[in-house]
Amino acid sequence: MRSDGAPTLHHDDLNRLRWRCTRRAFLELDLLLGEFLDQRFNGLTEEQARAFAVLADLDDHELWPLVNGSQTCDDPQQAAVLAMLRESRENPA
Amino acid sequence: MSYSNIAVRKFDAVIVGAGGAGLRAAIQLSESGLKVAVLSKVFPTRSHTVAAQGGVSASLGNSEPDHWTWHMYDTVKGSDWLGDQDAIEFMCRKAPEVVVELEHFGMPFDRTDEGKIYQRPFGGHMSNFGEKPVRRACAAADRTGHAMLHALYQRNVRARTQFFVEWMALDLIRDAEGHVLGVSALEMETGEVSIFHAKATIFATGGAGRIFASSTNAFINTGDGLGMAARAGIPLEDMEFWQFHPTGVAGAGVLITEGVRGEGGILRNASGERFMERYAPNAKDLASRDVVSRAMTTEINEGRGCGPNKDFVLLDITHLPPETIMKRLPGIREISIQFAGVDPIKAPIPVVPTCHYQMGGIPTNYKGQVVVPVGDEPNVPVPGFYAAGECACASVHGANRLGTNSLLDLLVFGKASGETVVEDLKQMPAEHRSLPADAIERTRERLERLDARSGGESEYETRLALQRVMQAHCGVFRFKDKLAEGVEKILEVEQRVGKVAIKDKSKVWNTARVEALELDNLIEVAKATMISANARLESRGAHVRDDAPDTAERPNGRNDTEWLKHTLWSRDGNSLAYKPVKLEPLTVESIALKTRSY
Repeated sequence: MRSDGAPTLHHDDLNRLRWRCTRRAFLELDLLLGEFLDQRFNGLTEEQARAFAVLADLDDHELWPLVNGSQTCDDPQQAAVLAMLRESRENPA
Repeated sequence: MSYSNIAVRKFDAVIVGAGGAGLRAAIQLSESGLKVAVLSKVFPTRSHTVAAQGGVSASLGNSEPDHWTWHMYDTVKGSDWLGDQDAIEFMCRKAPEVVVELEHFGMPFDRTDEGKIYQRPFGGHMSNFGEKPVRRACAAADRTGHAMLHALYQRNVRARTQFFVEWMALDLIRDAEGHVLGVSALEMETGEVSIFHAKATIFATGGAGRIFASSTNAFINTGDGLGMAARAGIPLEDMEFWQFHPTGVAGAGVLITEGVRGEGGILRNASGERFMERYAPNAKDLASRDVVSRAMTTEINEGRGCGPNKDFVLLDITHLPPETIMKRLPGIREISIQFAGVDPIKAPIPVVPTCHYQMGGIPTNYKGQVVVPVGDEPNVPVPGFYAAGECACASVHGANRLGTNSLLDLLVFGKASGETVVEDLKQMPAEHRSLPADAIERTRERLERLDARSGGESEYETRLALQRVMQAHCGVFRFKDKLAEGVEKILEVEQRVGKVAIKDKSKVWNTARVEALELDNLIEVAKATMISANARLESRGAHVRDDAPDTAERPNGRNDTEWLKHTLWSRDGNSLAYKPVKLEPLTVESIALKTRSY
């Protein structure tokens, strides 16, 4: 972890995450997760980065309702990341 | 990086792709006791089959009388008579069997009150040879593909199928006699290349919808199987035929359903004109998909498109009360905000006709064997090579696919290819044929090119250029001059693909390398599509040309005298050949040619 709390993923881990964010079953999630990774991931705390990785590992039919807001998420870290994910599209960096 | 010590892994069969077709084929092989490897770029339940919503068709007759011959008629008509009637009969006859089998695998189909599989109506599904609509689509809510893939995956786990997840197949291996002996493949986690040496190779790699700038296809659909086949000298069949949807979000491809226009949505050009009034004075914005798509393309081509590049039109619902939008179109508002960056209550949504499904592919017969012309015989099986699903062309979809036949295609031809492999292997010697000395050469050359080049074209920019050329020159409505120009432009893009350089030279999880390797496949599909479309001088099904209009002599612009034939594009010299459509079914009378109208 960096001194400012931001995630310090190794090249291999980041690229693995990138592949799992941008080669999904749903085009919608390819687009959303890929852009978030490029534009916002570096601003996450270590805990938020872990929460993002957990979300990225969900099946698309589990993740999409959480992303589009038709279902809510009980985990506070994941809920925070989901809110940032939605906000990143509504107000692009 | 050295590619001198390549590991060789021996299997009875290797399947490339773990979507519906690959998983269905794998069940057949594993349950027969064969040693099977399934390679996939992603975890199997992340395959694009998951995105299929509509259903799978089968004439079960659970809600009202239905018959496979009626299903066959609808499919032949949908194909605009370009589908092979032997394969279509085979698929429609097998449909009830594979659907019930899937139910027994644990597929949670929706049920009737009596506990039978519930069936819903769907566009183009008719009873009694086109008489009236019939309920033929079997579904699991709006998650049919997802439920299907999970059922098939679990069955494979039970059968102990061996999966190689996050492996990318790179090239087909053939010997001097043309036998297919497996594939080379890259393990992303290590960067190591292996040979999968097999007696039988089944491609089930899905479609290549990412050749278009606007596509509903997920990023994974890069036509890997088609690229590998083309580089190994296998022609691609009927690649000019692609299904489009009129309203995808410009720049993203995410679908905006027809329901928006049903609620009062209006299509406008750059000057704000409701242009559909000129093209369809009565139906206006509610005209059929093809009419709307053609009108949109004409507006864009004639300079009345919107935005800095004048390359989209607007779908306007700002005149609707906000409460109506919030109540009836909440999902569409969400998609528009997320993917177009506009709240449709305040501003119109940028939309373009969007690629959805690939009808052509690797030529096969109804048994799943890949077939090529040899001498005067147009359909000679390639020993050891099979294909199924969207990457294959059996051809059951011909010039246009009937809704819900895509999932059926996966089940029927996934199973058929597996059954054929089981039978063919019984005739083969116990020992594998020897690998040729140059088995890995094509792969080595591609990888070493990327390793060695320090400067050149950007993969991202080149992929974008490819997609823009395809969208502008070979979209839903096609024009003679645009196509001819498109051929030149796509060949220029091919030159750029050959010069792509990547900065990251690492081995482990080098996604830049994988994306450059995907681009090698996309360019083969793009060339096949553009060159085949430029050559077919008629309109048929999804291939609609401005210079082949609807006339009394040639309804819908179709020209059966000269063009009732399949296209075969070969990579070598970008040459084209043609072969006859199989108009004779297996056991019933041929469905005679007539004008396709609904």
